Amino acid sequence: MSASENVAIPATIPQAVPVRRGMPAWQVALVVLGGLVVAIAPAFVLESFPLFQLTMAVIMGLAVLGLNMVTGFNGQISLGHGAFFALGAYATAILMSHLDWSFWATLPVSAAVCGLVGYGIGFPALRLGGLYLALTTFSLAVAVPQILKHKSIEDWTGGVQGLFLVKPDAPAWMPGGLSADQWMYFVAIGVSGVCFLLCWNLIRGRIGRALMATRDHPTAAEAMGMDTATLKTRAFAVSAMVTGIAGSLSAVAVEFVAPDSFSLMVSITLFVGMVVGGVASILGSLFGGLFVLFVPNIAEAISKAAPGVIYGILLIAFLFILPDGFAGLLRRIAARLRGRG
Amino acid sequence: MLLEVKGLQAGYGQIHVLHGLDFIVEEGGVTALLGANGAGKTTTLRAICGMIRTEGDITLRGERITGRATEDIARRGLAHVPDGRGTFMELSVEENFRLGAYVRSDGEVRSDFERMFEWFPRLKQRWRQQAGTLSGGEQQMLAIARALLLRPKLLLLDEPSFGLAPLIVQEIFGIMRRIRDESGVGILLVEQNANLALELADRAYLLETGRIVVSGPAAEIREDESIRRSYLGY
Amino acid sequence: MDGFAHQIIAGIATGGIYASVALALVMIYQATHHVNFAQGEMATLSTFIAWSMVEAGIPYWLAFLGTVVVSFIIGVLVERLLMRPVQNAPVLTHVGVFIGLLLIVGNMTGWIFGYTTKVFPSPFASSGPLMGGLVSAHELGSTAVTLVVLILVFLFFRYTSLGLAMRAAAYNPRSARLVGIRVGWMLALGWGLAAAIGAVAGMMVAPVVFLDPTMMTGILLYAFAGALIGGIDNPLGAVIGGFAVGVLENLAGAYVVGTELKLTVALAIIIGVLVVRPSGLLGRVVTSRV
Repeated sequence: MSASENVAIPATIPQAVPVRRGMPAWQVALVVLGGLVVAIAPAFVLESFPLFQLTMAVIMGLAVLGLNMVTGFNGQISLGHGAFFALGAYATAILMSHLDWSFWATLPVSAAVCGLVGYGIGFPALRLGGLYLALTTFSLAVAVPQILKHKSIEDWTGGVQGLFLVKPDAPAWMPGGLSADQWMYFVAIGVSGVCFLLCWNLIRGRIGRALMATRDHPTAAEAMGMDTATLKTRAFAVSAMVTGIAGSLSAVAVEFVAPDSFSLMVSITLFVGMVVGGVASILGSLFGGLFVLFVPNIAEAISKAAPGVIYGILLIAFLFILPDGFAGLLRRIAARLRGRG
Repeated sequence: MLLEVKGLQAGYGQIHVLHGLDFIVEEGGVTALLGANGAGKTTTLRAICGMIRTEGDITLRGERITGRATEDIARRGLAHVPDGRGTFMELSVEENFRLGAYVRSDGEVRSDFERMFEWFPRLKQRWRQQAGTLSGGEQQMLAIARALLLRPKLLLLDEPSFGLAPLIVQEIFGIMRRIRDESGVGILLVEQNANLALELADRAYLLETGRIVVSGPAAEIREDESIRRSYLGY
Repeated sequence: MDGFAHQIIAGIATGGIYASVALALVMIYQATHHVNFAQGEMATLSTFIAWSMVEAGIPYWLAFLGTVVVSFIIGVLVERLLMRPVQNAPVLTHVGVFIGLLLIVGNMTGWIFGYTTKVFPSPFASSGPLMGGLVSAHELGSTAVTLVVLILVFLFFRYTSLGLAMRAAAYNPRSARLVGIRVGWMLALGWGLAAAIGAVAGMMVAPVVFLDPTMMTGILLYAFAGALIGGIDNPLGAVIGGFAVGVLENLAGAYVVGTELKLTVALAIIIGVLVVRPSGLLGRVVTSRV
């Protein structure tokens, strides 16, 4: 081993660490403040339709986050998260339109229902794993619209016609008379923000490490005394809950739910968003949401089929060239900049 | 020269196992490659038939085969009975035979089958049986038969005695002696059981931590007490 | 009673289609341990290719043959261009590539041929119902075609040396290389065959369900169910499973849940089989490496 090697190795590594850890308090405050401004500003800058689109992008980002919790961080491949999205949307829609509940009151119910169903699905998922789970959830995604249309629940779901509902109005105490669209945007970023923070908190800690250990080295994790079965079913529950909450938000944002809005395409869209945004990345989920909302809009100008084709091509391109997605790309760029500075 | 190896380096990922081997295998007869666990014997065989990344020069009857795909090396007449035997457990003995001769287009496959039955009469009795249901010794026989059906110029054998009862090992080495005398195929034999191997071999190389430390006629190595004591441990 | 008999026979006819697609799935699974989520979309594209040939005035059976050949080539190309580069990647990547393929092929089909439903011809003259109204000419003909395909596939794998080499490559790629088999090409060949079998299934089902870009989505589900019943690495089991699902689906649709929940029946079979007996009712028990 030569002397130059000995010097070169330690010179690069420790540098990167202090920059991250040692960010002074005022810088943190500045970042948080900047983030808030960036998040709030669109409500007052954008016209109502682009604002609606941005609202939907945030909601899709939240749904992708849910998928990421179980597929990205825990390695259980789900191609059927559209089912939880639909479940959340229908829970909110049914409570609001049949029982006149307020939107806020439906949220915990929707979260609980989705969490429970997710927990329940987590059990057979335990026995399947890998490819079989992907296959089963794929089949679930295909069957969802048919189940929603079924006669026996038509009185509640409105059958093929679906259900109409109304966006919540801005509360009177809010200054400046916000429009319903502006308020919806704030509701979306507020709820999503809380979910993102909670998930981030979960992932960066002991539970997150256990989830990823279960994904990467299941046998070793078990040998170290981790209860991988409980971890996996709970991961499924949390994941379904988060995606379900996104479904609830989307139901009020769109003011309409119907079986055909929850086709296989929703599940696939979430999957594409996760891969493009970044598998096992919290922030990447948000990129994924922005991607799945805005790219098809641009592509639709070309042809009805274009969004699908472009989705497919980009999905494969990302898997080949950038398997860690947009978030991974940013991470690498950031690392390089730091390395240079 | 049947096989000539010069400056052979190989390993797995970042780990180097072979540090520049030079050796030859002559036409006909048996060359033994001996050494302790982890000396690099199996790695040498894998390197020769292109199963791992390899540097150096390997020539088979003058044709360089380094860096070629395993299937191309097999097609050039090199048969390998790897550790774990490399039989097709799910397929029948018959199908394993057919696969052994898969790349051949000459008309003598059938008569070679008969020849195998002569050497391995047990396999004839098991003809329709699934290979996975054979005993360990029969599976080893099937593996050797499968390799010979390629009509190879050179046969690589990785520890044919591994995991078998002493009586079965005797039987297999007896058959190998017949093959050596009747077939004329060159054999490169890797063995833990040095005593057995040296009885069969004409020439031997002794491998220690990826380097050749002793080479010479098998009979001489067998007689040399100091080599036996320090390397072969009997 | 006639109604019941008809349900069974109709079930066998559609079951043949499921059996073909299930067989295609199993072939790819055996060779590569992948489940091709895009199998349905690829078959639909093939059927559209056949449709354009027939529209262009090419005789049916010639178009049939041409479609099988073109589909085979498409299958080989997909393996070479899309699957080969990621063959050592994790399962998530494989699933992702299949989903990408599903999106590209499915939407391309819609883009090129349009989303309007088309009538696809049946090669079997509909001279009225046969066997006292129990079965239509197309049902009988398509079942026959399916059986012929299945028998050909069986003979190919059992008796030809190429078929044997493909099986060897699937079971044990390392040993297959040692006997000189070009394993990479065997996988591509498996993909080609699977695509060709899928194409036949598409052409046989299109006269019944009518041709549109999403024609095969539901059928793929039944094929999954069939393949799983038979054990996903057991070709013969997949065929039997496919027929069983066809009959089961028809009976359940007619007498139990009604036609609105047919897909859910497939889903229930899939979950049921996987939870109760993951190796399939006819499959071998698969042990996994740690």
